[in-house]
Amino acid sequence: MPDNSNARSRILASIRMSLGGSSTPEAIAADYASIPRPYTRSSVADQGALLDLFIDRLLEYDAGFYRCNRGGIATLVADILTLRDKRRLAIPSGIPADWLPEGFEFAVADTWRNDQLDKIEGTLSACAVAIAETGTIVVQNVPGQGPRALSLVPDYFLCVVFAEQIVATVPEAFDRIEATSALPTTFISGPSATADIEMTRIKGVHGPRFLDVILVV
Amino acid sequence: MTEVHETHWNRRDFPEAARDLLQNSQTRKNVQNATGIIQAKRNNVVAELPDWQDLREAGAQIRAHTLRHLDHYLMQFEENCTRAGGHVHWASDAEDARRIILDLVRQQQAEEVVKIKTMTSEEIGLNAHLEAHGIQPIETDLAELIIQLGKDRPSHFVVPALHVNRAQIRELFQREMHLPDIGDRPEDLTDAARTYLREKYLRIKVAISGGNFLIADTGGMCIVESEGNGRMCLTLPDVLISIVGIEKVVPSYRDLEVFLQTLPRSATGERMNPYNSTWCGVHPGDGPKEFHVVLLDNGRSPILADKEARQTLQCIRCAACLNVCPVYHQTGGHAYESVYAGPIGAILTPQLNSMKEGRSLPYASSLCGACYEVCPVKINIPEVLIHLRGKVVQQDQATLAGKFSLWNIGMQAAAFLFADSSRLALAERIGQVGQKPLVSKNGFIEWMPLMLSGWTQTRDLRAMPAQSFRQWWATERASQPNGKQPNAG
Repeated sequence: MPDNSNARSRILASIRMSLGGSSTPEAIAADYASIPRPYTRSSVADQGALLDLFIDRLLEYDAGFYRCNRGGIATLVADILTLRDKRRLAIPSGIPADWLPEGFEFAVADTWRNDQLDKIEGTLSACAVAIAETGTIVVQNVPGQGPRALSLVPDYFLCVVFAEQIVATVPEAFDRIEATSALPTTFISGPSATADIEMTRIKGVHGPRFLDVILVV
Repeated sequence: MTEVHETHWNRRDFPEAARDLLQNSQTRKNVQNATGIIQAKRNNVVAELPDWQDLREAGAQIRAHTLRHLDHYLMQFEENCTRAGGHVHWASDAEDARRIILDLVRQQQAEEVVKIKTMTSEEIGLNAHLEAHGIQPIETDLAELIIQLGKDRPSHFVVPALHVNRAQIRELFQREMHLPDIGDRPEDLTDAARTYLREKYLRIKVAISGGNFLIADTGGMCIVESEGNGRMCLTLPDVLISIVGIEKVVPSYRDLEVFLQTLPRSATGERMNPYNSTWCGVHPGDGPKEFHVVLLDNGRSPILADKEARQTLQCIRCAACLNVCPVYHQTGGHAYESVYAGPIGAILTPQLNSMKEGRSLPYASSLCGACYEVCPVKINIPEVLIHLRGKVVQQDQATLAGKFSLWNIGMQAAAFLFADSSRLALAERIGQVGQKPLVSKNGFIEWMPLMLSGWTQTRDLRAMPAQSFRQWWATERASQPNGKQPNAG
């Protein structure tokens, strides 16, 4: 790499010259801590209202929404896949066996090549946290959610969200994922879309064009 | 060398470029239509957050704090990104950055690269540089693809093809993608783009991106997008190269809880855009095997020295100031002759060029203040515009030609007149008589001679009234017996 270190010292020196010097890490930490953050951390107290808000947002994005209890996941997955006319889905390792109905094929795809993923009909996944106010699902590279390509390359994404994973606000979601912030993390709000043609949100560009959410209560 | 790549920004003065664009009624219609839609959406989703002003204030303070300690946070980012398996490169200027990126692409022996929309790449003229060296850059953002296929220039940094409507896009796709039968529903156009690009995502081994945020405490990066083209580029290829301005760093992952609320609502009027990605360096078994970040200065670090104008670098590129600007509404983005258009472009472009280029841009504003009002990081754009106008004037006054220019002499004469009430009164009396041949039937002066013509070039001047305020005041006071204040009612 040609004289990269020179550019580095030149840029840092120029910044320091402009700023008139640098502060100690302690002083910087104190300055940072003094930034006021009176914005809302949590808003909706009532669990029922929270779920309703999340559902509203999903429907607004034109995502599909289904509800079941803990024992009913596999049955509901079977119903949804039949409705969507899908037989074969990718899953990340770590998906509980009792989510997977008979009569369909689920292939653990953590180490698949991109072109293999391109040929499968969809992906079934868990999530890390969901945000009601924005209708967002957050997935990270952990068992049950897997590498990012799984929620990206296949055209259909089916995500299981437990009621206790749903928070009201964006800051509350950060409370939950801060400890794992080094992991590849994706915030998904509805099917892929663009507003590039006359500023109108149009569903379906490069990411999954179809998104269904199973809410487990 | 530099000139070769940046010639497609002609850097004509704003009034000259604007005059041409104002003739194009189709473009104006497209711009006004799109900005109207986005503004209405933005206002709705902003209004539903009761803590919007708190979020703006926190965002402004986080960005201002970061800039005050930029050296510290860049080094912290470098250390943490390197620890996570990333490679950090430093580029003083556009030429540095182009060389670093070209070397990295050549190491992979890649003949094509996929790209996520990045204004920083446009700033350094990267595409032309790659093409000149036999490497084909492929834009994957729908709007950037439209710009690239149409050999056009971006006019807006969130929606670069904002000035193009769907019929024009269809025509372009028919021609450039060889799809004579394509429909003109937006869905037909997005389907075409999906098919066109998918095989490229699966095949091409090197991607180039910009970055919305560098995260100092994790050494990570954040990219905010809609279509999934960003995710494709930053997940599927073997090598990812991100070119990011040095000002884009935030101290902590937690700070995203503010910006991931304010940015989508300001940029596209959505509560959340479809996809946000964060990652740190390289993660085995997930995403690229090599990750490079090129930190670009290119005129940014000197801006920090100007305490009034430094806030320019707080910008998170939401483009809300473009959408709300009455000047941008009329001209669209191309009139700014700059990668960065609109109010923020009017203050950023001249500063990035050490006030040597884009000097007409600080004047491309009515100073109405709408841009400040909507800015999610509270950049006081009108204040900086005035400050930069002052700098332009000082620069001119420092040259002999500028000092003795008619404009400067006129302004000095005006300052002399305004400084003393009797001089002003005399000038008013002369003006009331002298203006007579110039006043049109509508009561306005539309043209003034000689050095005054600059003033009426873009505005009409209301004729001076027969009686000035001073004259009226004097007669009113004289008619009041006890020197009482007249009631102006």
